[in-house]
Amino acid sequence: MAHVGAACLLIGLFTAAYAAVAAVYGARSGRRQFVVSARRATYALAGLMLLAMFLLEVAFVRSDFSFGLVQNYSSTDTPLFYKLTAMWSSQEGGLLLWATLLSVYASVVLFATRHRHRQIAPYANAVLATIAVFFLSLIVIGGENPFAIVAHPAAEGNGLNPLLRHPAMMFHPPLLYSGYVGLTIPFAFMVGALITRRTNADWIRSTRRFALIAWTFLGTGVLLGALWSYTELGWGGYWAWDPVENAALMPWLTATAFLHSVMVQEKRGMLKIWNVSLIAGTFILSLLGTFLVRSGVLSSIHAFGASTLGTPFLIFIGVCALGSVVLIVSRAGDLRSNAKLDSLMSREAFFLLNNLVLVALCVVIAWGTYFPLISEALTGTKESVGPPFFNRITTPLALLLVLLAGIGPMLAWRRGTVAGAARVFGFPTAFAAAVLIAMLALTPAAESITSLIMFTFVAFVFGAIGQEFWRGARARRVTSHEPLPVALYQLIVRNRRRYGGYLVHAGFATLLLGVAASSAFADQRDVRLTPGQSADVGGYRMTYVKPTAALLDDKAGTGAPITLGAVVDVRKGDQHWTFRPGRNYYPSRDKADGVVGRFFNGESNSEVSVKWGPLGNFWTAAQPDISTLEGPIDYANRHFANVSSDQLVLIIAGLAERYRTHSPPITFTAIHSPMIMWIWAGGLIVILGSLTALWPSPEARRRRASSLAAARLGRELSRA
Amino acid sequence: MDPSRKRKVRLVVALAAALLLAGTLLYTSFASATEAKSPSQVLAAGSGGGSYEMTGKVVPGSIRHQGATLLFQVRDREGSKAVPVKYTGTVPDPFRDGREVIVTGKLENGTFMGERNSLVTKCPSKFKNDSSGNPT
Repeated sequence: MAHVGAACLLIGLFTAAYAAVAAVYGARSGRRQFVVSARRATYALAGLMLLAMFLLEVAFVRSDFSFGLVQNYSSTDTPLFYKLTAMWSSQEGGLLLWATLLSVYASVVLFATRHRHRQIAPYANAVLATIAVFFLSLIVIGGENPFAIVAHPAAEGNGLNPLLRHPAMMFHPPLLYSGYVGLTIPFAFMVGALITRRTNADWIRSTRRFALIAWTFLGTGVLLGALWSYTELGWGGYWAWDPVENAALMPWLTATAFLHSVMVQEKRGMLKIWNVSLIAGTFILSLLGTFLVRSGVLSSIHAFGASTLGTPFLIFIGVCALGSVVLIVSRAGDLRSNAKLDSLMSREAFFLLNNLVLVALCVVIAWGTYFPLISEALTGTKESVGPPFFNRITTPLALLLVLLAGIGPMLAWRRGTVAGAARVFGFPTAFAAAVLIAMLALTPAAESITSLIMFTFVAFVFGAIGQEFWRGARARRVTSHEPLPVALYQLIVRNRRRYGGYLVHAGFATLLLGVAASSAFADQRDVRLTPGQSADVGGYRMTYVKPTAALLDDKAGTGAPITLGAVVDVRKGDQHWTFRPGRNYYPSRDKADGVVGRFFNGESNSEVSVKWGPLGNFWTAAQPDISTLEGPIDYANRHFANVSSDQLVLIIAGLAERYRTHSPPITFTAIHSPMIMWIWAGGLIVILGSLTALWPSPEARRRRASSLAAARLGRELSRA
Repeated sequence: MDPSRKRKVRLVVALAAALLLAGTLLYTSFASATEAKSPSQVLAAGSGGGSYEMTGKVVPGSIRHQGATLLFQVRDREGSKAVPVKYTGTVPDPFRDGREVIVTGKLENGTFMGERNSLVTKCPSKFKNDSSGNPT
């Protein structure tokens, strides 16, 4: 099986290389059959890669430890869901996933555009195939073979790192990669458009949907990563400005920018150089994102030891960056604007402003992320900036961005008038002012000026978006005499892109509302309690009721044999809730820990207990003090070294019971974060909005059908 | 104003804004940066120095709890010189003997006083090169 898989990858490498060469040759010589053949080679590549993935998954499910990868990242007692997803926690599996997603994306986009872009598509095919060649060479030649076989298979595998055993973590890498990889599609078509000097907006129209899909995946991946951090890592935060987090955020920011600025090119034929630069930059940043995880260049909690992939990756990124610059500069003449900015009160002017803010955000985040390298080059000492730097410098930009998210959609293209502006801005401004006054009068929001401004701006966005929906639905009702809900529905269905976009803006404002409220008004306490003791956190009183100990009863389904924790009672006024924070203990494989000790001295991680609510979350984590067990564990290690597994279970059960009955102290971390739920709820609204925008409208389907018929007719006629 | 002059004014305003932003960025980043040092470099700099970001490995067997305060020692990745650390705040899950940690603080009377909640523990080798299978 492993040989079949390895063969898939090797044949895939040759197939991709053939596709790249054939596509370019076909395009230059005008021999269409080579172009078609290159496209079909890309389909074949996708088939080969999917087969390879499938074979590897089968090996994981069957726990075939002759596969090095399976032995290192899975075990027989790993739950099935985590067996299926263990692949991408390895570097080899991650690269395979990248290459597979790339081949699938490339096949879909080439299939969708097979009757259009006859000049551009072959070059785009060549670019995509070249990137596939690079990733497959890393796997096949660079020694990152996921099908590597071990000579003497072990009876049991290492198991998946317990920290990764979380549903969000399992979907996070594929989503993030789908985002990164999807962003290569606009890049490939951009290269094709520049090479063939077809620089109008047609190729943008064809790839915009892919860009939007990739953007949605990337954003969802980032949000799931944040959720994992909040519910699994035991520190209660969701964002630490870690280099790897920033690496995922940066291409998302530039992709957001170009999703806006390509509209300006579509409508007005402006910003062409800017757009191609953004697309190239986004692609380079997504490669950097993939690279950063694997390089160990920067200190990061995600940096997993030095890897040998750094140099080839860096060279490839350098070649892509240099090639893009040369290509854009050489085609500057073809990228001249068709129009000039008529008015600063126009939608395009505000889109430009929004782009500048997004790029500025990306630049400052890049600066902070690479600051250790920058400062070492400038001053000779390696210095780094922490979260305070990022928070301080991104806050004003984020505030501006929210304001623009409200203003942009309300302005007209080309030129707006002051009178027109007064008409549309009246209601949102009044609404924001009313919210501001209400907040000052009724809530302690004034304690943090930045969040007060953020809340006001968010209210402005809601006012603006609500007004757009209301006006559209009202106009429809007047003309079509539909009841309001039907009118609203029809309004959205018939203008999916527009109203989907508005939903995205509302979701984004909601997300930042959650960020502002939860970071400005959180209360956190670390406190060591013994059973019966209490502590106050953010207006809540938490009481450590009693310790708990469970064997083979891990609620989270991660397969932990031992879970120690506590029952905690939390009260506020008349209400009270029961929390059960705990800690899972995973056995270590180190013989030196002893036959019993290895069950307590291995990896352990928090199973946090959280009450979610629209007004705020109460979050608890427990770090049990197991020092009282050290003596008995030591004793058991020495006296029961050769017991049967049944007896071992009894001994461990006895130890757990001893822990439970000896009133162990626990260090609790409790956090009350107001409105933090809205970060993810806002994310869901964003996803809903982009799905609305992505869904093909009935008109588009009809158009496509008729254009297909026209293309077919054209072919028939040319043959006749 | 004629159009070309208007464009020039816009360009100057935009450039001035960009320069201002770049200046702010340079200033804030250098002002808020902390120097990264290894434990032996921290010891060499001595007590009373500035605030550092210390990266090293937790010395096995050195972890002690004293109420809510965590005591442990950190040594160079290669080498034996260890710095005792006193720390309060959130302890990340992967924190254990032998783990690579980053902690921000300053040296006082031979003890590294970690800033609250500044402890970062690197993830244990998700992409480990070590094929022996021991999660290191």
